[in-house]
Amino acid sequence: MVACDAIVVGGGIVGGSIAFGLARAGLKVVVFDEGDDAVRASRANFGLVAVQMKGAGNPDYHRWTRQSADLWADFAAELEEHSGIDVGFGRQGCAWACLSEDERILKVQQLEQIRAEAGTLGFDYQLLDKAEMADLVPGIGPKVVSGAYTAYDGHCSPLYLLRSLHRATLGLGGRYISNASVDRIEAAPNSFTVNAGGETATAPKLVLGAGLGNTALAPQLGLDVPLRPQRGQLLVTERVRPKMAFHMGRIRQTAEGGFMLGTSNEDAGFDVGTSTGALSAVAQRAVDTLPYLARLRIVRAWAGLRIMSPDDYPIYDQSPRYPGAFAVACHSGVTLAAAHVLNVARHIVAGRIPADLACFSSRRFNVQAAA
Amino acid sequence: MFKQLPDDNAELVTVIIEEQSVKVPSDYSVAAAVLANWTGPSRTTPVSGAPRGPYCMMGACFDCLMEIDGVPNQQACMIPVAEGMSIRRQDGARGVEI
Repeated sequence: MVACDAIVVGGGIVGGSIAFGLARAGLKVVVFDEGDDAVRASRANFGLVAVQMKGAGNPDYHRWTRQSADLWADFAAELEEHSGIDVGFGRQGCAWACLSEDERILKVQQLEQIRAEAGTLGFDYQLLDKAEMADLVPGIGPKVVSGAYTAYDGHCSPLYLLRSLHRATLGLGGRYISNASVDRIEAAPNSFTVNAGGETATAPKLVLGAGLGNTALAPQLGLDVPLRPQRGQLLVTERVRPKMAFHMGRIRQTAEGGFMLGTSNEDAGFDVGTSTGALSAVAQRAVDTLPYLARLRIVRAWAGLRIMSPDDYPIYDQSPRYPGAFAVACHSGVTLAAAHVLNVARHIVAGRIPADLACFSSRRFNVQAAA
Repeated sequence: MFKQLPDDNAELVTVIIEEQSVKVPSDYSVAAAVLANWTGPSRTTPVSGAPRGPYCMMGACFDCLMEIDGVPNQQACMIPVAEGMSIRRQDGARGVEI
């Protein structure tokens, strides 16, 4: 039996971020994680620190995303100090390409709405006509009718991020237990015991950061974390000398040189297979945007499952029945990693989710209809 | 470095490896031709510039990438030699013309 300060269930980017955040605050952390066969969004991730397309209609979410994007450079530097790993973070912005008049109209509406809702936070963006897009993005295709640029956005290697979170947590005295699928949690207020992977740990705090696995575990802790999988399929090309520092939302060039191309949005249950139809559409859009990509070979295709709540926004909760038990679930584990490490972990240490994050409680899904 | 199996009846083709004309059996892969006429790394890696050569010889490891007849990043172990073929080292990441 390992007595520790906090148990984290889930060792992906979200669980790993919380674990690192708790460890850097001085807590002794034990992470229980599944094995290589886990459904793991962190290993399928596109790697965007995405702001431009986040939060139209939900200013709280836009503000939260912006806060994390603003913290990302400091977070990446601290993570590298602890782990020795450069996650390749760069904040060169996002140049979104519109491929039709309909897309242009929707993009303008989205950006105007975010700005209108942002209040004093503000929201700076540039709408670019065809010629301005051609100046900004060398090699842009004739089918691109317009674009939009925001400077808030960035990207990184999600695989290096995952690895560095683990290494940093271990370096701070944390323990990581793999092949440890958790299906039962013994819970009492401020007292939790997990037995999995041949290890038993007990702690006054427990955090669910297990992606889609949270839904099944939450009721044992008096929490409600309704999530559904949404499949996204991606492609990556052979490595090419650097062409593009910013990302384009659905195209980014990695630090190593490959172009990642995304992505589909499908309801496919827990099937992480790929399909030629969805991948053809991904490739076609990429080539319509940057025709030179057609001369590059695709070296890999894969799919991942996004972690979607009923309204697609994150869930942060502490159990009213079992104080000390928290749930953290979101689709945007990379974008929000900085906020999870530097803010959410701090709130978990303090034992209280503050009022400005109360809007992300899953209680929002249980509003009674008026008679 | 490698000894070739004796085959007196092998039909030979001439390929050009980094400006050097060499004769190799016509049923060789490019990777085999390069190993039989080894003069150094067949590529350097895109990220660290580490020297590499053909390894798995069956299309899995991607360590034998070379520029073949002007096309970069070809898997040399999966492509048969042909008369007059130009074979060049793949130095780091390829470029792409816009």
